[in-house]
Amino acid sequence: MKTKSVWSNDDCPGQQAREALEKAPFIASPALRWALFIGAVLYLIAAMYSIEVNWARVYRGLDRGWQFVAAFSNPDFASRAYEIRVGLTESVVMALASTIVGIGISIPIGLGAARNISILPVYLVCRSIVALSRALNEIVVAILLVAIFGFGPLAGFLTLSFATIGFLSKLLAEEIENMDKVQAEAIRATGASWLQRYVFGVHPQVVPRLIGLSVYRLDINFRESAVLGIVGAGGIGATLNTSFDRYEFDTAAAILLVIIVAVMALEYLSGIVRAKVQ
Amino acid sequence: MLRLEKLTKTYKTGDKALTAVDLEVPLGQLVALIGPSGAGKSTLIRCINRLVEPTSGSVYLGDVDLTRLGSGRLRKERRRMGMIFQEYALVERLTVMENVLSGRLGYVGFWRSLFRKFPQKDVDEAFRLLDRVGLLEMADKRADELSGGQRQRVGIARALIQDPALLLVDEPTASLDPKTSRQIMRLITELCAERQLAAIVNIHDVALAQMFVQRIVGLKKGVLVFDGKPSDLTAEVLTEIYGEEDWSETIQKIEDEDEIGVVK
Repeated sequence: MKTKSVWSNDDCPGQQAREALEKAPFIASPALRWALFIGAVLYLIAAMYSIEVNWARVYRGLDRGWQFVAAFSNPDFASRAYEIRVGLTESVVMALASTIVGIGISIPIGLGAARNISILPVYLVCRSIVALSRALNEIVVAILLVAIFGFGPLAGFLTLSFATIGFLSKLLAEEIENMDKVQAEAIRATGASWLQRYVFGVHPQVVPRLIGLSVYRLDINFRESAVLGIVGAGGIGATLNTSFDRYEFDTAAAILLVIIVAVMALEYLSGIVRAKVQ
Repeated sequence: MLRLEKLTKTYKTGDKALTAVDLEVPLGQLVALIGPSGAGKSTLIRCINRLVEPTSGSVYLGDVDLTRLGSGRLRKERRRMGMIFQEYALVERLTVMENVLSGRLGYVGFWRSLFRKFPQKDVDEAFRLLDRVGLLEMADKRADELSGGQRQRVGIARALIQDPALLLVDEPTASLDPKTSRQIMRLITELCAERQLAAIVNIHDVALAQMFVQRIVGLKKGVLVFDGKPSDLTAEVLTEIYGEEDWSETIQKIEDEDEIGVVK
């Protein structure tokens, strides 16, 4: 018996078969498709006209910008070496401590926020914590915590720990929701308790991702610590901010280079770690 | 040993997976459960150890009605029911040994299991079982390094180390080649005989079922439609279970395979 197939064109003209294979447009109605496209272009033009640019100010600013860029050609590590070292150490300690504390808190919250292994009330509470942590930007939290705890790295540490919870819990919960169900089911069938089911059935499946995300978060926390200094939360950001305030662009350049090197080193480290845990 | 009374499962979507299934399996008997895909074979097995909650009816393991247990008692009873899965369901990133020992989780406290401090007699038993299924030298390999047949052997060892009275076996050979399938079925039947275990084996390969079990039960759309000896499976019965089809080939093949089995 002859079977009909879209792919065979022995009983239908080749032209027709090729047309049938063409990719369907994302929006079916051509009128709507073009209306959306033209609308988007018009909006873009209107939006550009609404931006006010003071060209005279830009002209003056260009000069200052150039000074800043030029400072990179002779960064000054020496005259503020002590401050840079203290700031860098503070940032590293802040990033490490907040990542570790953040992971410790994120794992239980992540478990609670995974719909497939949690009960509804716990799920809702944990998801709310995650949502709250993600909704508040680091800078906003830092300003609040600096107001409470005063200037210095404590506020920065608490800010980053809080931010880590939102990031890590959410992604861990999603990883758990996407895990292979039967592996956990098999452990459940042995009569294992809830915690044993996590340790044997779930944790081994999510551990590579958990480690990868943790190293990535360490990286983010270090970079964030450079920004948080600007609102007074300590770290190398504070040192950077001070040098900007004093128009010491050569020192600022040195600090930025230090940050870039540190981030690259972390990137390299995380690559090694992730390769090891496969 | 195991008695199902009017076991019924209706899923939230309204699909009736099981309708008033009555079944009794005595100690030491191996029952094959056959039926088309979607007949409710998997649901039936999972309703027994309550990985799926039955809607109504009772499941008696010995004198205990499993459907009425709270979660603590249910965990204790689950230790008496070993389960073997279609896709092996080993924890891929744990070692073979850890996978086998995970069968003891119902007996061991949380902290001991967290630090893998299983009692020495459990470890000895795990080695004995790995030796029995022919994987002794694989103990420290990670589960995802094994072949399909080897993984299923680990799955069998994990179920047996629970020291179960009943084995629930869900399509043990569906992902295996024909030769390995037979080896696995042979291993399961031998072990059930050695330990006097009752077992329910879901299997879609009718010929394979006929080769290895004394009793076959047919499920169709959640209803038991056949219960008898392998030799009672006639073309009419297969049509009743699976629908109209030319069965002469299937039945013919079984006889051929039996002869081969005898020659061996």
